[in-house]
Amino acid sequence: MSDHASGGDAGPSHRVVELGVAAVMAALGVVVIIGAMRAGIGWGAEGPKAGFLPFYFGLFILGASLINFIQAWFDPGRKLFADWSQLRQVMSVVIPTTVYVAIIPWLGIYVSSFLLIAVFMRWLGQYGWRMVALLSVAVPVLAFVVFERWFMVPLPKGFLEELLGY
Amino acid sequence: MEEIGNLFTGFATVLRPFNIMVMVLGIVLGVVIGVLPGLGGANGVAILLPLTFSMSPTSAIIMLSCIYWGALFGGAITSILFNIPGEPWSVATTFDGHPMAQQGKAGEALTAAFTSSFVGALFAVVVITLIAPLVAKFALQFGPAEKFAVYFLAFCSFVGMSKEPPSKTVAAMMIGFALASVGLDSMTGQLRLTFGIETLLTGFDFLIAVIGLFGIGEILLTMEEGLSFKGKSAKINARVVWETWKELPRYWVTSLRSCIIGCWMGVTPAGATPASFMSYGIAKRLSKRGRNFGNGEIEGVVAPETAAHAAGTSALLPMLALGVPGSPTAAVLLGGLLIWGLQPGPMLFVEQKDFVWGLIASMYLGNIVGLIIVLTTVPLLAAILRIPFSIIAPIILVLCAIGAYTVHNSTFDVVMMLVFGVVGYLLKKCNYPLAPLVLAIVLGDKAEEAFRQSLLASQGSLGIFWSNGLVGTIMALGLIALFWTAIQTGWTRLAAKPAV
Repeated sequence: MSDHASGGDAGPSHRVVELGVAAVMAALGVVVIIGAMRAGIGWGAEGPKAGFLPFYFGLFILGASLINFIQAWFDPGRKLFADWSQLRQVMSVVIPTTVYVAIIPWLGIYVSSFLLIAVFMRWLGQYGWRMVALLSVAVPVLAFVVFERWFMVPLPKGFLEELLGY
Repeated sequence: MEEIGNLFTGFATVLRPFNIMVMVLGIVLGVVIGVLPGLGGANGVAILLPLTFSMSPTSAIIMLSCIYWGALFGGAITSILFNIPGEPWSVATTFDGHPMAQQGKAGEALTAAFTSSFVGALFAVVVITLIAPLVAKFALQFGPAEKFAVYFLAFCSFVGMSKEPPSKTVAAMMIGFALASVGLDSMTGQLRLTFGIETLLTGFDFLIAVIGLFGIGEILLTMEEGLSFKGKSAKINARVVWETWKELPRYWVTSLRSCIIGCWMGVTPAGATPASFMSYGIAKRLSKRGRNFGNGEIEGVVAPETAAHAAGTSALLPMLALGVPGSPTAAVLLGGLLIWGLQPGPMLFVEQKDFVWGLIASMYLGNIVGLIIVLTTVPLLAAILRIPFSIIAPIILVLCAIGAYTVHNSTFDVVMMLVFGVVGYLLKKCNYPLAPLVLAIVLGDKAEEAFRQSLLASQGSLGIFWSNGLVGTIMALGLIALFWTAIQTGWTRLAAKPAV
């Protein structure tokens, strides 16, 4: 979409991201409008139909996003969104968290949390194994005591909890 | 006075041992939340909300509101010692607070900040005690049209008062409304915007949005900045506290002004962050030592801290009296009310006296306890900040996941939390305000209900929103708030013309 961004190898330009966000929002606005029309946007026996207001929400989203898109388009600034090393940092949280969220239904929240903390500390923090083991076990155990025992809030469990009889 | 009697009943409720314990626990958790990057008032309260499911509503609100006070206090510590605002509303505190710390006056700066916070909060609580019952009594007469007008005013103020461009505020807000309308329509019982996806039947829960947008989003932002904490150490002892306290009364004008600014900005949902900036700006302009602001003036700490706390506290006034929260954190508390089976709004003052006055009494005591706790534990809290982010980040992620799961016992919500997190990061980077989005998710259903009931009564005529003096006035105020920036620029131009 924009060749300006390739000027430096430092990272994506702010403008491109801004345009992308506005475009996605506009698309969302269209989705809302379509959904509202399916639910009915006119008047029924019970007054305004279910899609009456959402239709206007959609219109507003679409309208405001178009303005944002146009404003971003004419934005002369060459500001960077973030440089690649910063984005790598961000991804180093997003990727483990995505895996974490994905394995919770299978392994339960305690085992998954143990893995998340261990990977994080070892990989990003480069801590010694003893420290890693200590904290990554202590936090899920503490969470178990506080939530499951103390406040009696059940959390998702996997095979380990089953083995232990919970 | 009936209110005074109610207030004392409230104190009696709060002073039960269990409630005191819950209060202290809440404040300690809150201060820690306020100190840690990635955990703030709104998502901290959201994550800990499930812990209160088994409590009585009164104990639950005491704990959650105390977390909020704690978070307000905690924000100042990182600002002053580390020049890193733990919360957006403590950004203005860094301007003079950190220079003071660099000059070796960290103890004075912290004492001034905590005391000012306390004064601001106390002022706001007194305002709540005096005004909230009156507003609630008045609001009891509201029909659907007036109710909608109040929501209208709240959301228009966001568009007019926020520093983000109006088109971005509108886009964020409308997405919030659209998300709120997904699922079962409460008035017709019809499904909408689900597109046949089963998990969307129950709609989006704003707690998930809060945890994702503010919690995960904030961690991503912190990671990007690659924070390494290099802070000043704080020596705070009785003598420093005493010396600072002796000096503070000199700034009573600044303090009073900041209290009023804070209360005003808190009740109209502008919030604590703009209140602190505005108060700092005005203090800088009016102070005799204004030129020296930014180099470590104690007045420059007093002004934003007082206003931020007054705003943060008074944001609960419309939440209690009208059911319209003045800030994201107040919105989470309102969500809590719904979960505990209470109907927010003016009827609370009639039907749930114990609850309302227990909460108000806990605001008085909570802030006193908070002041004592932060003054005595600063070195400990500063030590927490020295824990590297690679340890804190995964623990916060785990807490967020637990918080998101426990809202509906659904692992799908945890996935949504992550999605909201990435979205929150992008929106924040692109300068979209998140508060209106969250408030729209919370209030969307109620605002829509009020709107549709009004239209039903009027057979579809929008004239009902101008049908009497009261509703017309509120709507007019809303429109003024909506076009506030335009009115302001127009006015300055008009005023400037004759001079040219």
